[in-house]
Amino acid sequence: MSKLTPTPSQTVGPYYSIGLNWLITTDLARDATTGERIVVSGRLTDGDGAPIPDAVLEVWQADANGRYAHAEDTQDKPKDATFKGFGRVPTDKDGNFVFTTIKPGAVPGPGNSLQAPHILVALSMRGLLRHVYTRIYFSDEAAANATDPILGLIDEPARRATLVAQRAKGAAEYRWDIAMQGTGETVFFDA
Amino acid sequence: MDIVGYRRIVPGTQPEYLHPAYTSSVKRSPTKKLVQLPHTLTEVTGPMFGHDKVGPDDHDLTKGHAGAPIGERIIVSGRVLDGDGRPVPNTLVELWQCNATGRYRHANDQHDAPLDPNFDGAGRSFTDAEGNYKFITIKPGAYPWRNHFNGWRPQHLHFSLFGPSFMTRLVTQMYFPGDPLIPLDPIFNCVTDARARDRMISTFDIETTVPDFALGYRFDIVLRGRDATPMGM
Ligand SMILES: [Fe+2]
Repeated sequence: MSKLTPTPSQTVGPYYSIGLNWLITTDLARDATTGERIVVSGRLTDGDGAPIPDAVLEVWQADANGRYAHAEDTQDKPKDATFKGFGRVPTDKDGNFVFTTIKPGAVPGPGNSLQAPHILVALSMRGLLRHVYTRIYFSDEAAANATDPILGLIDEPARRATLVAQRAKGAAEYRWDIAMQGTGETVFFDA
Repeated sequence: MDIVGYRRIVPGTQPEYLHPAYTSSVKRSPTKKLVQLPHTLTEVTGPMFGHDKVGPDDHDLTKGHAGAPIGERIIVSGRVLDGDGRPVPNTLVELWQCNATGRYRHANDQHDAPLDPNFDGAGRSFTDAEGNYKFITIKPGAYPWRNHFNGWRPQHLHFSLFGPSFMTRLVTQMYFPGDPLIPLDPIFNCVTDARARDRMISTFDIETTVPDFALGYRFDIVLRGRDATPMGM
């Protein structure tokens, strides 16, 4: 069968809110959703350390059982029908973003590996001609993170740390900043 | 679970992140080498939206106000296809644009051109079982931007699509045939492969032009294709 070249990506531009804001979703869980409620917040900055106010994160994650709300997830695990797993989260005028969700369960990785709990992120903004992919992991999953097959692909430990959201003491709140460039540049994936 | 991944980008057919002619990319594009991500269950799944999300008139940007918007009414339709040419059914298509004068309904758009009280510039639609979508709108104006001296964006519509997984997510722009601003536009020209680039230019279509109503433009959108199924599956 002949292969078609995909349509090229173009930037969302400065006015994406006109078309995308109707689907803003910053609270992914419903009352009946099982799992630990967590809040993830952070700040997005550019190569000068300046906040980026016109970006949008789209997040995708499994439910608390480690199951995705998608037909291709055929795992023999219970599925939480109240959880869709998708969020669309804008940055505000100071480059800050925040969303509420449940902590995802572990999901299978390549081969027989198990992935540490994580959230996949597609990040779009003026200045990005194509969205970048990154992932959020959790600081209180140190053992699982240490054997995660994807984190293991990142050579420098300091860079690996850019994907680990830090849990606040005594609260289910995580801090995860994103740096597009610079010494603390977040790891982005060629997906 | 056997995972079938999505095909990797052929160099030149998608933009590089750093494209200096597009000034905003300089401080916002990654500088370190990207880490190659194998496609796991996380990547090959993605959000599915119910049709209840979209109202019956959401594909018609000329509706929803007391009067009709100013501008040349157009019908934009096409098919969403996967990388093997198969239709992508039941997928969400989002669209946004400026009005006929080249002004967006957005607080940060300071272009000295009038807003149209009868035009917001946002629409959405689902593809049908054969991958078809359709919008009714007005032709957007060209507008100036500060990227470079005397820079003008060609007339364009912004499109956003999901497809079957998080790997098929696509945000793009649709251009109009024969627009003299296209060869001058750094955003359009961020793609070096001419055939891939030309996918972003719609075609005028007399078949979908409706007599005494509106010109038709066709814009087929190709999402990322999938790897061959592993042997034995
Ligand atoms: Fe635009």
